[in-house]
Amino acid sequence: MTTTSTYDVHTVRAAFPILQRTVHGGKPLVYLDHAATAQKPQAVLDAIGHYYRTTNSNVHRGAHALSAEATAAFEDARAVIAGYVGAARNEEIVFTSGTTDGLNLLAATVLTSAQPGDEILLTEMEHHANIVPWQMVAQQRGLAIRVVPVRDDGTISVDDVASLLTERTKVFACAHVSNVLGTINPIAEWSALCQANGTRCIVDGAQAIQHCSVDVQALGCDAYVFSAHKLFGPTGFGVLWARYDFLDALPPYRGGGAMIDRVTFSGTTFNAIPMRFEAGTPHIEGAIGTAAAIRWLQEIDTTERIAHEDDLLRHTTAAMTAMDGLTILGTASHKVGIISFVVDGIHASDIGTLLDNMGIAIRAGHHCTQPLHQRFGIDASARASFALTSTREEADMFVEGLAKAIRMLR
Amino acid sequence: MSPSAAINQLADDFALFSDWEDKYAYIIDLGKHLRPYPEQYRTDEFKVRGCQSQVWLHPHVEGNTVHFDADSDAVIVRGLIALLMRVYDGATAKEILDTPTDFVRTLGLADHLSQNRANGLAAMLKQIHLYALAVQSRLESASS
Repeated sequence: MTTTSTYDVHTVRAAFPILQRTVHGGKPLVYLDHAATAQKPQAVLDAIGHYYRTTNSNVHRGAHALSAEATAAFEDARAVIAGYVGAARNEEIVFTSGTTDGLNLLAATVLTSAQPGDEILLTEMEHHANIVPWQMVAQQRGLAIRVVPVRDDGTISVDDVASLLTERTKVFACAHVSNVLGTINPIAEWSALCQANGTRCIVDGAQAIQHCSVDVQALGCDAYVFSAHKLFGPTGFGVLWARYDFLDALPPYRGGGAMIDRVTFSGTTFNAIPMRFEAGTPHIEGAIGTAAAIRWLQEIDTTERIAHEDDLLRHTTAAMTAMDGLTILGTASHKVGIISFVVDGIHASDIGTLLDNMGIAIRAGHHCTQPLHQRFGIDASARASFALTSTREEADMFVEGLAKAIRMLR
Repeated sequence: MSPSAAINQLADDFALFSDWEDKYAYIIDLGKHLRPYPEQYRTDEFKVRGCQSQVWLHPHVEGNTVHFDADSDAVIVRGLIALLMRVYDGATAKEILDTPTDFVRTLGLADHLSQNRANGLAAMLKQIHLYALAVQSRLESASS
């Protein structure tokens, strides 16, 4: 804890019932897998419970009291989310099932007028969810995929981005924050390059949304997608923000109820945005729970919580750097509290299994970033990831547990 | 030793461990001493798909018994492979099919088995049973 901060991690932490539990026969849970999913504060659990106890009804349809209330809560959630990311209009917010769904929607709709030989630019640090949908559309339309390399420290050179943007680059799809390296990419700089080049800049915000203060106007990108479950909200719900004119020009993605204007067997006309992209009954409590998560998070000072996570990152990194045979993947000066690492001669899954038995939850594997792991010449890595609820005590337990696991495995 | 005798022996061994650390130290030690895997079988054909670590399994028949070579890049998985081989390696196909797979749970490894669904061990158990099933049905059709 820094002495100048008024940030009280124990108060913040007390809002999370799950963090009070034990695992493996009474060991306190040390949850350091926040990059996979964040835990949920009581306010989110209450909002979802309250919705089902008092309001449950289908939205945008019924002419009755419950439906009107559910619709109001649902659209209020859209406004809260729009405000949180700095959208110019509520209509710029499309509800999805998550980051993956948002990226698939964009990949399927943004390139409908692309010509064979046109290019999609990705980075080497992308999650499979920001690679595979683009590969699918590239294959269908004969487009080329180009990749911006990652440097040894886990950063990307802006010159490399500039030199790989050609007159044929229609889309640059990139992560705001790497789920392995923790690197915070300079999206505003990249967006400016894209804009000057006539390229759409589409940002995977899955990892950034929990840690960074996201303002889509300042970032200057064309679209930004994220999952609610990484923002202390429910699973199965996500957000796609896109600039109004850009979004409004996109064709429908999935067909069904709610996304139509008028349907006849000779043809259908489509609803306005965002409804055009929200076919079917939506994840109503997902939207309501996400709005509750944002309201809860807004009660906490952003600068202080980011400083707290940064302190944990630096404290833990320093301790791990001193460990023999351990290499941290991603040492950018500008990164979030995600520490991926490998240990000479030891498989990441063995480290994960032993730490799990000590009550410490981390992740081992390729973290859905096989190309990035190939770039570093490895199959798998172990990853510890902090959140605003993580404590110095937990960081120390992790470091001690890791040292013990390495001793047992050597 | 028959599979059921091997399971009883393992149960006796595991009863000596008072905590998870001793149990894991034993499994890790078994993993470090697993017999070498024949390199010619370290191919995709013999790979058991898993998320966290890689597992290779090469089953074959010698005379009337079934034998296994197996390996993993994770030492704990190698140790669990060594346990499976104590039970199954050198057994007849019928003995394998008659041996329920729940012994892994009764040994107190249940916590790990749920993870092993991800890292390929459960898949390996299934492969062993499928292989034994194929061998047994071939034997039965040859004798009928």
